[in-house]
Amino acid sequence: MIELRDVHKRFGANEVLKGITASVEKSEVVCIIGPSGSGKSTILRCINGLESYEAGDIFVEGARVDSHAASIVGIRTQVSMVFQRFNLFPHRTALENIIEGPIYVKKEPRAQAIERGHALLAQVGLAEKADAYPAKLSGGQQQRVAIARALAMQPKAILFDEPTSALDPELVGEVLGVMRKLADDGMTMVVVTHEMSFARDVADRVLFIDGGVIVEQGPARTVLNQPRHARTQDFLHRVLHPL
Amino acid sequence: MQNFLRDAAEFLPILLQGVWLTIVVTTGSLLLSTVLGLLWALMRVSGIRALTLLSGGLINVIRGIPIIVLLFYLYFVMPDFGVAMSALQASILGLGIAYSAYQAENFRAGIEAIDRGQIEAAQTIGMGWWLTMRRVVLPQAVRIVLPPYGNIMIMLLKDSSQASTITVAELALQGKLIASSTFKNTSVFTMVALMYLTMSIPLILLVRHFESKANRK
Repeated sequence: MIELRDVHKRFGANEVLKGITASVEKSEVVCIIGPSGSGKSTILRCINGLESYEAGDIFVEGARVDSHAASIVGIRTQVSMVFQRFNLFPHRTALENIIEGPIYVKKEPRAQAIERGHALLAQVGLAEKADAYPAKLSGGQQQRVAIARALAMQPKAILFDEPTSALDPELVGEVLGVMRKLADDGMTMVVVTHEMSFARDVADRVLFIDGGVIVEQGPARTVLNQPRHARTQDFLHRVLHPL
Repeated sequence: MQNFLRDAAEFLPILLQGVWLTIVVTTGSLLLSTVLGLLWALMRVSGIRALTLLSGGLINVIRGIPIIVLLFYLYFVMPDFGVAMSALQASILGLGIAYSAYQAENFRAGIEAIDRGQIEAAQTIGMGWWLTMRRVVLPQAVRIVLPPYGNIMIMLLKDSSQASTITVAELALQGKLIASSTFKNTSVFTMVALMYLTMSIPLILLVRHFESKANRK
């Protein structure tokens, strides 16, 4: 349902994506791993048009992604995004954050959006936090609200941009737990992450990116347990044995 | 002191007429400058190059012209081009335009203070530019711009006295007229000063209210 063909992206003189070709099938969970600055996040940001790209094509359900075209709004409502720093709207409560898109973008009736908002909060284990403002929530709770906000758009896929990197270690589990449930329910997910155990247990496929190219890809356990490329082996060794 | 109180009782009705005009000029130009300032600021952050340049240029031209010259231009020069307006209209228009530049810079600072991630979050749930502004950026920017907005209100109240230069009989001009006909400079200008101060006290309290509200968030 998501397809990238030879995508190139540069920031000034710095080419961050040097020909990325990949696809994500429906209900598939794909984890993107790689050193920082390798272009992992940029791939996600190109898929939903937060960044433009210079060459190549990206298709979402057959529609070409063009960040400057009006069609981008339609694509964004199909592919939601969860950010590293949550990016909740601080002036709105947890519930208001969730119903904002359904009411103002999708024009859903308010009562219906609120009812579904409560259901989504329950789904991420925050039923009692509907009226809390983001500042009163822990990082893990904020990220779970952000996931509920993404789900509220009833997307066909969700992009996760290092969803646990800004969290205290003891809060990582609650967010990964919610994500694992989503994967079990058949949500299509693309996850940029440093959580190798999550990638190993939940992902169908893993892409290892370095220097703007896909160095290695394949079934999660294969890539993570028996990496073929020296760069992948080196990266995994450093992540799994930091000392 | 007794003399002052007697003078005060005598001059108060005339000065109050001036107070009324001061309030009209201040309120009128505050509304106009707010609307224009918001327009300039939105043009500036629109991401459309032509609008950004236009608004940047306008703001600099407006900022670079003294208010008094702007008022003279509207009141004395525009009639030569067939645009005649009353002194009151010219003063509201002139002060409104002059202050729109300060309002615009204040609003822009507030808008640009909003974390880029919020705007991206709004985009990823399918919000367009205007919806993002209305639902995400402006409600938060309001809290940031309110304290400086309060200061602008106080400055505008005092600068409304410049309307006296184009014959608007607001408080400063009424005071000057009384003083020059009675020679009671001390009484009259003390009263004028106290009356400006009295009008700014509610504004000062309002600013303080805004600030404590902004700090609580």
